[in-house]
Amino acid sequence: MRDLVCDMASSLTVRDVKITRKGKVLLDVAHLSLDGPGPTLILGPNGAGKSLLLRCLHGLIAPDRGRIEQDGVPLSGAHKSRQAMVFQQPVLLRRSVAANLDFVLKRQGLSWGQRKARIEDLLTEGGLDGKGRQSARSLSGGEAQRLAILRALALEPETLFLDEPTSALDPSATQMIERMIQRASRRGVRIVMVTHDIGQARRLAADVVMMQGGHVVELGVARQVLDAPQSDAARRYLAGGLVT
Amino acid sequence: MQGFASEFNSALGLILTGDSELWAIVLLSLKVSVFAVLISALIGMPVGAALAVARFPGRRMLIVLMNALMGFPPVVVGLLVYLMLSRSGPLGVLELLYTPTAMIIAQVVLVTPIVAALTRQVIEMLAEEYSEQLRSLGVSRLASVPVLLWDARLALVTALLAGFGRAIAEVGAVIIVGGNINHVTRVMTTTIALETSKGNLALALALGAILIGIAVAVNAMVSTVSLRAEREGLRHA
Repeated sequence: MRDLVCDMASSLTVRDVKITRKGKVLLDVAHLSLDGPGPTLILGPNGAGKSLLLRCLHGLIAPDRGRIEQDGVPLSGAHKSRQAMVFQQPVLLRRSVAANLDFVLKRQGLSWGQRKARIEDLLTEGGLDGKGRQSARSLSGGEAQRLAILRALALEPETLFLDEPTSALDPSATQMIERMIQRASRRGVRIVMVTHDIGQARRLAADVVMMQGGHVVELGVARQVLDAPQSDAARRYLAGGLVT
Repeated sequence: MQGFASEFNSALGLILTGDSELWAIVLLSLKVSVFAVLISALIGMPVGAALAVARFPGRRMLIVLMNALMGFPPVVVGLLVYLMLSRSGPLGVLELLYTPTAMIIAQVVLVTPIVAALTRQVIEMLAEEYSEQLRSLGVSRLASVPVLLWDARLALVTALLAGFGRAIAEVGAVIIVGGNINHVTRVMTTTIALETSKGNLALALALGAILIGIAVAVNAMVSTVSLRAEREGLRHA
């Protein structure tokens, strides 16, 4: 197993992380370094530990053992403030679309004028022009997820974690979100995303991490892992076999 | 039957002609209960929200106690507030007994547990939904309280209306601490009790009709706000 090679200054490393619940190992990763410049997609069947790994990387869950490091030091509050996460089910505040964005911009200490301009830019970026005053809860599934991504991007994160953001969306809504993710990646935001969709991994990933049963079973450059997987589990998963 | 009909007609007359005594009583009732609910909101909402969000030893016991206080007998509350405010009581020096302020205090004691308990329910449910997202956005547990209170505003309005319904219909506690003094502490419920015992059914009926009207209006508002809250994806259990 090798580390993902990169030329990016900042690196996110998992060291000897283990999470056990009721005697069952949910996550057991000895070493994993995410430092590639392009999007890293985490693939694997349900219960593989993908979402758990994402939450550990973002500091939402503390592992029973081991630690997450950024640039060689344990993940701190300062590091977390430069990260953002988008969940499978978008959690939107019961406010207008613009107020959802304003919530995070206000926390960054921007003036009203700066916030207003930034909200307009973000709404355009997410194809939500003219929907600023609409209740966020009345958006369609695709629009809601785009707003959740915009809100995360409003934090100007170094790293954006996405937990199956398109799992409940149709191809057209998925395409819009994939374009947003690609644009963010091109702007230098490190993307770490969980998906079940092998086609999506082919479209977006620079690097791929394959997981099964809480373990990383394969990782590397996307094309290499997706076209010539080395492990049995990865081969079966990519061939569309039932991997549990 | 004829006598009852004539009392009913007289009651209607009192309402429609804008009888000053009747409307002064209604106004005082509304004033006392609105103040009581506002004070209860200031105390009950932060307490309910804190209980929903904070984790500390004894929290479960406090929640049980708060729920138990919701069903506290009003006359006992009246008696306790009376003892506190009476001349020999710890707050006797304030000379509040038999004043509208004493009635507000009694209603605050009755309504605060309702507002706090309903707030806790609503906020706990919302906190569960928002928890990971707010942590992800760097919002601490304490800083999440105002966010949750604001986002649960519609459901919380129904909690306040429920509190107001309890306050305006209360009789036992306010009659003990208010004394039912004419033009000073006589509110709708206590006047209905007194005038019925005196056989003055017209005034009692008129106040009863207004009280029912207020109850219906409050319930209609609760339904409307609940429906909106439900559409927004939040209502208390």
